[in-house]
Amino acid sequence: MNAAFQRLLAVLRQPDALARVDAAGWDGLLRHSRSAGLLSRLALDARDAGLWEALPDRVRRHMRGACFVADRQINAIRWEVHKLHEALGHHGMPIVLLKGAAYVMGDLPPARGRLFGDVDLLLPRDRLDEAERLLHLYGWHGAGLDDYDQRYYREWMHEIPPMTHFSRGSTLDVHHNILPRTARLKPRAETLLAGIEPIPGYTNLYRLGDADLVLHAATHLFHEGEWGHGLRDLVDLDALLRHFMARPGFLAELGRRAAELDLRQPLAYALGCVRTTLGTPLGDPALVAELEAPAHALVRVALGHGFASAHPDMASPGAAAALLFLYVRSHWLKMPPHLLVPHLLHKALAAGEVEKA
Amino acid sequence: MTRVRELSDRELQSRLARGLDLRTGPFLFHIRSEEHLVFRGLRALYGDFPLGDEPVRDFHVRIRRPATVRRWFRPQIVFEHDRHTPFMPLSAAHAFASLEWGMNWCIASYAHHFLTLHAAVLERNGRAVLLPGEPGAGKSTLTAALSLSGWRLLTDETALVDLDSGLVWPLARPVNLKNDSIDIIQAFSREAVFGDRVFDTHKGTVAHLKPRAETVARMDEPCPVGWVVFPRWAGGEPARLTPRSRADTFVFAAENSFNYSVLGEAGFRALEGLIRGADCYDFRYGKLEDALSTFARLAG
Repeated sequence: MNAAFQRLLAVLRQPDALARVDAAGWDGLLRHSRSAGLLSRLALDARDAGLWEALPDRVRRHMRGACFVADRQINAIRWEVHKLHEALGHHGMPIVLLKGAAYVMGDLPPARGRLFGDVDLLLPRDRLDEAERLLHLYGWHGAGLDDYDQRYYREWMHEIPPMTHFSRGSTLDVHHNILPRTARLKPRAETLLAGIEPIPGYTNLYRLGDADLVLHAATHLFHEGEWGHGLRDLVDLDALLRHFMARPGFLAELGRRAAELDLRQPLAYALGCVRTTLGTPLGDPALVAELEAPAHALVRVALGHGFASAHPDMASPGAAAALLFLYVRSHWLKMPPHLLVPHLLHKALAAGEVEKA
Repeated sequence: MTRVRELSDRELQSRLARGLDLRTGPFLFHIRSEEHLVFRGLRALYGDFPLGDEPVRDFHVRIRRPATVRRWFRPQIVFEHDRHTPFMPLSAAHAFASLEWGMNWCIASYAHHFLTLHAAVLERNGRAVLLPGEPGAGKSTLTAALSLSGWRLLTDETALVDLDSGLVWPLARPVNLKNDSIDIIQAFSREAVFGDRVFDTHKGTVAHLKPRAETVARMDEPCPVGWVVFPRWAGGEPARLTPRSRADTFVFAAENSFNYSVLGEAGFRALEGLIRGADCYDFRYGKLEDALSTFARLAG
């Protein structure tokens, strides 16, 4: 494994290792962790480990700046959720927050020092039209997509086209499931919705159940085609697992739930990757081995390259081939070939037309 | 401490090819380029700047040719920050200007341990004047003229406000002048030293004015802000300074900050402290000489 990547993993596994990074090492670690979206997380680790004052001045300054950015984003997510609740929750529409927004509003460990993108929601499929109408009324509008893309989303995907708020510019992804309708694995949205947990202090605002949070993060990560956020997503999984594993029997519950939701394979990769990459303690080795069994060794190797792709300095030989493999694999998992081939052809031809214009 | 001017042409070129650590105020830039225009720009404008000697650099930037046919055919360059290219390629003739703009972009995008304002700052007698920028208001021309008339230049474009002390830190980098301003400043002072003129950029013709040696020598001295002045050039009008409300000045400065919204309460406190301690004015002027005497009176 590449030395720069190893150094980043070492400090993510064990914050005390921050004390052993020398100044020359920091010149790389500062950039690599920023590129992976993890600089603010390392800053909080350094503070909590009592190492803040020992950091090189320049590192501390950039970390301070990164913490402002992270704080600001958490505030922005809270505000966005508040506005969404006004638009949907007040009208009796149950909202299930996914990923980043769920971590923030559910007060869960991955929110700590994390950077956020769009807000993601899960809504019951039979209420999507109503939700879209309400969101329009409150200022969200769909991106200007052509007919093909509209059809792509509405017939094949697990979400409606992304929406943007006209004044705040924030982006919203409204899902009715966690995988496309065309994907090989078929988790049932009804099963997920049956296990949701309320967000304290709100009505009609929820997150997925504990085990489902982990399974969704795993599913998202291991169907990923573009790997910019891969390591950040793995760090989320690590934080969720460390938090929930404190509860006896959680791993067994995770296994049961994965079977119910047809998500045994993503769980297998998730457990294998957090364990070997970030050293997440998972308990009972026999059960861990059983749950990890559906994972293919070669895919695990490719995923390792995916996590390292957050910065070109962290790449090892073979990375380009591995990333191409992961890209093709993600499409393969999400669409059967009789849909995938025409779709990619359409995209290639459409791109050609734009260049000519 | 080694300064850029102490390097021979060959040394400077070979350092640039491997990566030159250049310090400008609080920032240490690692600059890499084999472009001759980048070498020329640094030679002409950055002679007084110190080289860095710390292992941790703030920004790793590079001006390089794209890996396409445009390497040779109507050559282009791209600006790279930490292996990432945030902008479209530009004509290779804009290599040095791209480096300057790219360095500004780094500061605006990542220097969130400061409140960063889009403004020029100059100092006299221990107090600084902050000139917020409305595009086309003649801020750069006035900044260049003041920097050649006894005012110490801290920055021409990005003011760095310390979040803890409220003082403004110098960057001491060259002043970016556009179009007619270049000739006006050239005619204004025989001491004005310019880098290469670059034609047909998105800003028209641009050239950079070399900061005076004193500016660079004192680039580690921060300064409290005494005045916030909104300049506006208005041909034929006499110089006129009129008080402006602090509240209005606060709102304008916040809107023209690069990171006010990122910093939240810390940004509010820093800006509030700065505006409370400063006299705020609108300033209209028709002649540069009149403007300079108004500013000289202001500084007492």
